[in-house]
Amino acid sequence: MSATVIDDAPLPQRSFWQSTLRFCRRQPLGTFGLILVIVMAVTGFTAEWISPYNPTANDFAAMTEAPSWDHLLGTDQFGRDLMSRIIYGARTALIVGLTSAVVGGFSGLVIGVASAYFGGLTDLIIQRVSDIVMAFPLIIMALAVVSIFGPGVHNVILAITIPLIPRCSRVVRSSALTIRSMPYVDAARACGFGHTRIILRHMVPNVVAPFLIMVTSFVGQAILAEASLSYLGLGVQEPVPAWGLMLQGGAEEYASTAPWIAIFPGVAIMLAVLGINLFGDALRDALDPKLRER
Amino acid sequence: MYQYIIKRVLLTIPTLFGAAALVFLLMRLIPGDICLVRLGGGGASFDPKALIACHAEIGVDRPVIVQFLEFIWGLCRFDFGTSMWSGKPVATEILARLPISLEIALLATTVAVSIAIPLGAISALKQNTWIDVFVRIFAIGGIATPSFWLGIVSVLLVLDVTGWATGTPWMPPIDYVPIWKDPIRNLSMAILPAITVGYRYAAVSMRMTRSAMLEVMREDYIRTARAKGLINKIIINRHALKNALLPVVTLIGIEFAFLIGGLVVTEQVFNLNGVGRLFVQAVQNQDYTLTQALVMLTVAIFVFTNLVVDLLYGWLDPRIRFA
Amino acid sequence: MRSWFLKAALAMVLALPAAAQTPKQGGTLNYMIAADGGPSLDGHKETTYAVLHATAPFYSNLIRVNPENPSSTTDFICDLCTEMPKPTNGGLTYTFKIRKGVKFHDGSPLTAHDVAVSWNRIVFPPAGVSSAREASYPMVESIEAPDDTTVVFKLKFPTLSFMPALADPWSYIFSAKVLEKDQHFYERNIMGSGPFKFSGYEIGQAMHGVRNPDYYYPGQPHLDGFNAIFAPKQQTRVDAMRADRAALEFRGMSPTARDQLVKELGDQVTVQESDWNCGNVFTPNHKRKPFDDVRVRRALFMAVDQWKGAEALRKIAIVRTVGGIVYPGSPFAATKDELASFPGYATDMEKSRAEARRLLKEAGAEGLTLEMLNRNVDQPYIIVGTWLVDEFRKIGVTVTQNIVPTGPWLDKMRTGDFALAMEANCQMVVNPIADSGRYLPHEIYKENFAYHDDPVQVDIYNKMVRETDPAKARVLMRAYEKQVLDIGAHQLPTLWFYRVVPMRSYVKGWKIGNSHYLNQNLANIWLDR
Repeated sequence: MSATVIDDAPLPQRSFWQSTLRFCRRQPLGTFGLILVIVMAVTGFTAEWISPYNPTANDFAAMTEAPSWDHLLGTDQFGRDLMSRIIYGARTALIVGLTSAVVGGFSGLVIGVASAYFGGLTDLIIQRVSDIVMAFPLIIMALAVVSIFGPGVHNVILAITIPLIPRCSRVVRSSALTIRSMPYVDAARACGFGHTRIILRHMVPNVVAPFLIMVTSFVGQAILAEASLSYLGLGVQEPVPAWGLMLQGGAEEYASTAPWIAIFPGVAIMLAVLGINLFGDALRDALDPKLRER
Repeated sequence: MYQYIIKRVLLTIPTLFGAAALVFLLMRLIPGDICLVRLGGGGASFDPKALIACHAEIGVDRPVIVQFLEFIWGLCRFDFGTSMWSGKPVATEILARLPISLEIALLATTVAVSIAIPLGAISALKQNTWIDVFVRIFAIGGIATPSFWLGIVSVLLVLDVTGWATGTPWMPPIDYVPIWKDPIRNLSMAILPAITVGYRYAAVSMRMTRSAMLEVMREDYIRTARAKGLINKIIINRHALKNALLPVVTLIGIEFAFLIGGLVVTEQVFNLNGVGRLFVQAVQNQDYTLTQALVMLTVAIFVFTNLVVDLLYGWLDPRIRFA
Repeated sequence: MRSWFLKAALAMVLALPAAAQTPKQGGTLNYMIAADGGPSLDGHKETTYAVLHATAPFYSNLIRVNPENPSSTTDFICDLCTEMPKPTNGGLTYTFKIRKGVKFHDGSPLTAHDVAVSWNRIVFPPAGVSSAREASYPMVESIEAPDDTTVVFKLKFPTLSFMPALADPWSYIFSAKVLEKDQHFYERNIMGSGPFKFSGYEIGQAMHGVRNPDYYYPGQPHLDGFNAIFAPKQQTRVDAMRADRAALEFRGMSPTARDQLVKELGDQVTVQESDWNCGNVFTPNHKRKPFDDVRVRRALFMAVDQWKGAEALRKIAIVRTVGGIVYPGSPFAATKDELASFPGYATDMEKSRAEARRLLKEAGAEGLTLEMLNRNVDQPYIIVGTWLVDEFRKIGVTVTQNIVPTGPWLDKMRTGDFALAMEANCQMVVNPIADSGRYLPHEIYKENFAYHDDPVQVDIYNKMVRETDPAKARVLMRAYEKQVLDIGAHQLPTLWFYRVVPMRSYVKGWKIGNSHYLNQNLANIWLDR
């Protein structure tokens, strides 16, 4: 490989911190989102140390108390401290959200890209199975999982992850299909590169942008799905602290007389999903090769 | 093109069959007995002979393979059987509840699509201006808010505001009348749920439109068109939008299909006698025939919507058609 | 126990002014049913109140609980009969005279023949017909109508539990002619002789009825008609009452909903409250270790502070009263002193819990980690379960809840696939002796899932059923209770439910009873506006 040299000027190398600072300056909304996510993660990790009360201890002397110095966010109908329950709830949300999104997302990515790349019968079969799983209503899946395997965080994660996989694979596949017909893939084949190399080094990076948005929105969707399932009674069970569960019993009954029971978990969910999505958006904007500065 | 259409239509058959087998299996794996729920759910005692009679009546005392074959054969003839809970034909049960669900789904979709695509496109074209920021926050709000929470809050807000403003609190009607009998009453029942559901739908579509437009605007052929001197408006309408709409159309299609499933929670919140609520009842009562029929209905809607989306795809992007 | 006197007095005081007013004729009552639409419309077949609340206004019964005094456990009056008979033939024969001139809604006359046919359908259902309460009538030998106005019930043995069983609100009188043509007619259709005629039914949505001008109580019904709307979610019901989309819901709301309505509507809402013939029963599965050891069961019961629990939970849940196995308002119920020595009813909790720990240690069952099966219903199952979990924590036992929907809940209990369970115990007309049969071993009472054996308990029960002297029966009841709760420590009744029915103040005439199945034919309701 010789004579003609195309512009070979190396891209400026930046240290991790320089890149991060650049990101923060460029994407203020995204940075805000990142901060929210970090706060949520830290809260979840350090729950045992920072939580003022035991989140499942009933205290009948202090039922539905308004926020005060004793209980910064008030108490719920059992007298349990709301702040502690929200702190521990962050842990549950993180576990459910991250696990479902990561497992679902990566499974979907692999399946989607492979399906687009190989085409033919493989594509056909994978797409049919994906269709079935995706069309299948979440509530039945969740009910079946809960009834057969019992309730608990693991089974909620299972029930939420399954529908995410085909959703991801479908969008990834549609992007990958567009790329597959692009010249550089043909060129790579012509150069004699193997399947794996083409998939990993050429197709995946170009599918990363919609994929990242998918995964970040998955974390948010998983948290919301847990909330919905708990609302229907199919999610995490009492007395485990989880934001969705807190919105089930307490939210409506006490909305007039003790609104803090419904407001704070709802706000927690919104902030968490908001932060995740803002950060994901900004990350995508920053990473998209087409949008990158030359 | 026709070959493509026929091929796609034929491909829906294994999907439908697979879904039928899956739901049949799942329902029977869940422990429990509809007759028990029907007779013993109140906590009082009941006669054991009544239980046996109930089993015979609904047909669960037959071998499983017979039940499965009957189910599949019924599907082929569009005969969905009778509900195990009420003894009425499944078709009657579903048709009684379809109008309100359809109305809300359509209202929500119209509202969502009509604001999402323009707003998403504008937000992309004016990236990082205050319009963009506003649209992004609006969209993120729609995604981050649990829809049932929004529903609860909205009903309460309406009650409180009307109560404070006029002295009598107002709430949407809790019983359904068809739109031709009393349009105002009908719409007043449908508007809050449609907005609650539509907000999220719009938010998701908005974001996808925006990101797709952003990608497309960076494409080389747009740069070429600009270099050629084409007016921005023509570039957007003829080149950018059409290509950006590909993933957006996929998303709108998928989301509409999910809407039907999402109605489950909305109908609980607003006490709507719709298909979603019927679904919850059927599942919790372990009414095999009704649940199976409802799942097949949902899957069929989903498959059909995807078919339409795929065909639209083929029309919009010639490369896919001939792939 | 004394509180029921107060409550009865209060209810009667509240009732008096209403009785003094003259009922106005006219108006349509919109009320809600706190459930999804039930399966069929056949009162003999179904058990869910969703069906009863929607169909009771269309039918007549033979006898019923007195609507002016529905909390009484002994005051039954005639509906279709002319007077309450005294048993003859040593308590074995009851002869009823049927009113003349009663008509079904299709115009055909109602005779004793229809009454006998309907009752035979309930007690001796023909093949292919299912009668959910067949087992409540083991004492009935035969039911006959020797002529057009007489119905004769012959019993196998005399018993105090017959009349309450006869007042069962589900015992609709159907038309014999219609049943002859089609035994399943009433599953899908409504045709009765009650105060209201059927005028429409939207599946899963609403039931509509209009006034029956030929009703045999002159002046009744006062209403022109009613609309019964199915509304399974409590918040919807509360909101609907605020906005006057509906006037009330007959089953009962949580105390918080009542507080909200009172706060929002002030004197536009009236609240009636009553003890409820329903409760939960905490049941260990005797077939699973370590619950085969009576010490472990006693220890678990002893950890529970029912008195403090009642005080606190009555603010947030539909529970209120601490009681034994008998409905707390009944003369057969135990007094507080009679209960005090049983595990689970102690007042000195420190002592009780210390003893519990000691028993666990003795049985070699310290530091247990257990799972409790519970039903997926917030009020009050999940709330009571959450309370119990924390009580057990106080003696070092860690319990997690396995909350599942009704189907799997019933299934797991029936197959014995659980360690601890929260059972339900809801009866209709208060029938203390028959109701307490619920604690009998599983072989005898199929809905008891403790899976235990106790011949002494069964023996006492059999004596009690055949005892016709109320005083002696009460003594036997105490012995029975002691056997179940103390000596055998088989099951623990947790707090008895409490009915709170708020309604818009313009609804008058309805009085609350101790069961949400009673007094639902709406005949004496009128609207003051």
